Amino acid sequence: MNKNTHFKRYLKLDVLPTPWCPGCGNGIVLKTICQSFDELDLPKNGTVVVSGIGCAGRSAGFFDLDSVHTAHGRALPVAEGIKYANDALTVVVVSGDGDLLGIGGNHLLHAIRRKTDITVICYANEIYAMTGGQVSPITPHNTKTLTTPDGNPDYPTDIQSLFGYHNCFFARTTAYHLGHMKKCITEALKFKGFSFVEVRTMCIVNYGRRLGYKNSNEMLLNFKDVYKMNDNAEELAPDEIGIIRVNTDGHR
Amino acid sequence: MGTTTFIEGSIAVAKTIGVCRPQVISAYPITPQTHIVEHLSELVAEGELKTEYVNVESEHSAASVVLGASATGARAYTATTSQGFLLMIEVLFNIAGMRLPIIMTCVNRAVSAPINIWNDQQDSLTARDSGWIQLYAEDNQEASDMHLQAFKIAENKDIMLPVMVCMDGFVLTHSFEPIELISQEDADKFLPPYKPQYYLNPKNPLSFGTMVGPDGYMETRYFLEKTMRDSQQVISDVAAEFHNQFGRFHGGLIDTYKVEDATHVFVAMGSVIGTLKDIVDEQRAKGQKIGVLKIRSYRPFPKDEIYKALNHVREIIVLEKAISLGYGGILANEIKSVFYGKPKTPKINGYIIGLGGRDITIDTIHHVIKDAVNTSFEEKFIGLNEALIK
Ligand SMILES: Cc1ncc(C[n+]2csc(CCOP(=O)(O)OP(=O)(O)O)c2C)c(N)n1
Ligand SMILES: [Mg+2]
Repeated sequence: MNKNTHFKRYLKLDVLPTPWCPGCGNGIVLKTICQSFDELDLPKNGTVVVSGIGCAGRSAGFFDLDSVHTAHGRALPVAEGIKYANDALTVVVVSGDGDLLGIGGNHLLHAIRRKTDITVICYANEIYAMTGGQVSPITPHNTKTLTTPDGNPDYPTDIQSLFGYHNCFFARTTAYHLGHMKKCITEALKFKGFSFVEVRTMCIVNYGRRLGYKNSNEMLLNFKDVYKMNDNAEELAPDEIGIIRVNTDGHR
Repeated sequence: MGTTTFIEGSIAVAKTIGVCRPQVISAYPITPQTHIVEHLSELVAEGELKTEYVNVESEHSAASVVLGASATGARAYTATTSQGFLLMIEVLFNIAGMRLPIIMTCVNRAVSAPINIWNDQQDSLTARDSGWIQLYAEDNQEASDMHLQAFKIAENKDIMLPVMVCMDGFVLTHSFEPIELISQEDADKFLPPYKPQYYLNPKNPLSFGTMVGPDGYMETRYFLEKTMRDSQQVISDVAAEFHNQFGRFHGGLIDTYKVEDATHVFVAMGSVIGTLKDIVDEQRAKGQKIGVLKIRSYRPFPKDEIYKALNHVREIIVLEKAISLGYGGILANEIKSVFYGKPKTPKINGYIIGLGGRDITIDTIHHVIKDAVNTSFEEKFIGLNEALIK
């Protein structure tokens, strides 16, 4: 394998292609996670991936690493259990917005509070994709989904706001901004403490096409148009991506 | 009058729930329940159904939302399956203990691990001791009709227990059949508005679910058990009333097919009954006196009715899509208990079939028959892939 394909050592190539739909953004994120693993040269026998349930949650099974596919929403406490049992392991949670913020949302609040030294990569596609396209905790207000045919009456969770004064790592990035995404994931993996990367990604089949996007490329380019880079800010505006500044001395 | 429509099982159920006029619906999506709740949210969006539809963050929340709604005296509904059902179980016990007449659809699906989205009945059977009445539907007409019956059973002032209607995932929820849908007018005639006797009302404050110590807790269980038994009559009566008004009868606590003169009888629940009826016809054509007993009401478990229907039978073959690990077939063992202390016990064989969506074909049943004739045993898996268990 040459330098450009070296990341593939972290994938079970024989189970590919993934069952993800054509145009799904998940593959881009999966590849970037592996590239970050590769950049840090994470040992294959010292890295564990934990997923919940969902399209994103299928990720655990694609890594050529020890992995656990937990119940829906429970990736975080399972990952914490692994980390507390064996501190030498690098523990990475790879899961969806519904899984991490909806059914598993309570666990997120407390993992942040405990500052467990694990890294979470959230495939934030604004929808429950696997079950066919129902409203998720980050579906924008007024957006139509299968369970909000009249438009979402509720407002989305601002994920970064959950981190409040806690001294954790938080970054937002998108499937379009490849270099930035890799930087965010690598920095998150290097961070000692709880780190969370919100990766905005696209689901064309169970979301975008119902909103009028012609194809997934249009959704991808929309990320380019919408999001401005603002690394090292204290707080990100809704249309900004970046790594939030972390103070290493106590609370922010 | 209702109209006959060629329609998906989930949509038929959603439409029936619609005419039952629930005031609050709360659910969380999970395959293969999704089409039911999506269609309900559509009915609400289109203004056809005036109800509060609450999208929540988990099944635990969905069950809690309907608990709260029902405690205020509202008619409330939820639906789930498998993992979602398991997550609800804590609240299911609460709902029964608070005597709240909530209706839910349990779409039957296998449980994790390993994760499997296909049909068996392990989910609802796991909550058999929760105090919910459990009814199992054979086909989509019955599933649809059962929901209207369920509200009437649950809200009977002598019962006040939650009812779950269990229907096989995919096999029923995703298949299309001609269904006679219930009109609003007919539904209103059958099911009057819910008039709660006890509910949260600031003018007459009540507490639900408060601490009861060793001095009174046991009595709450005693009354739940007593009401469960009393509900047998109500379930039968409601089925008869439904028959009167709609001309359709799917059975009361049980239903039988060619059992009267049978020497051999299958006992099962849910959609497999249809397959078994075909087998019965086929075997009868060959001169075998065989029949089927369908359990419609699994909780309360109608021991007397089953005994009455089967006491003349030589051999009983129980087929089930669930297992009590370390014990065996759940239904098979309960059927055996029906004959405890009776003068004559038939041979009872139990078969575990169709777990995690393993196909149950005519061949599977032929295999069962061949096996049952020749052996007598506790229980057996039929349809295993020999290559995987070597
Ligand atoms: C307890 C429980 N409830 C519901 C489900 C059904 N379910 C599977 S995936 C999913 C949503 C996943 O959404 P998300 O985490 O955003 O992942 P995506 O599919 O969008 O990648 C749901 C509701 C389940 N598996 N378990
Ligand atoms: Mg999602």
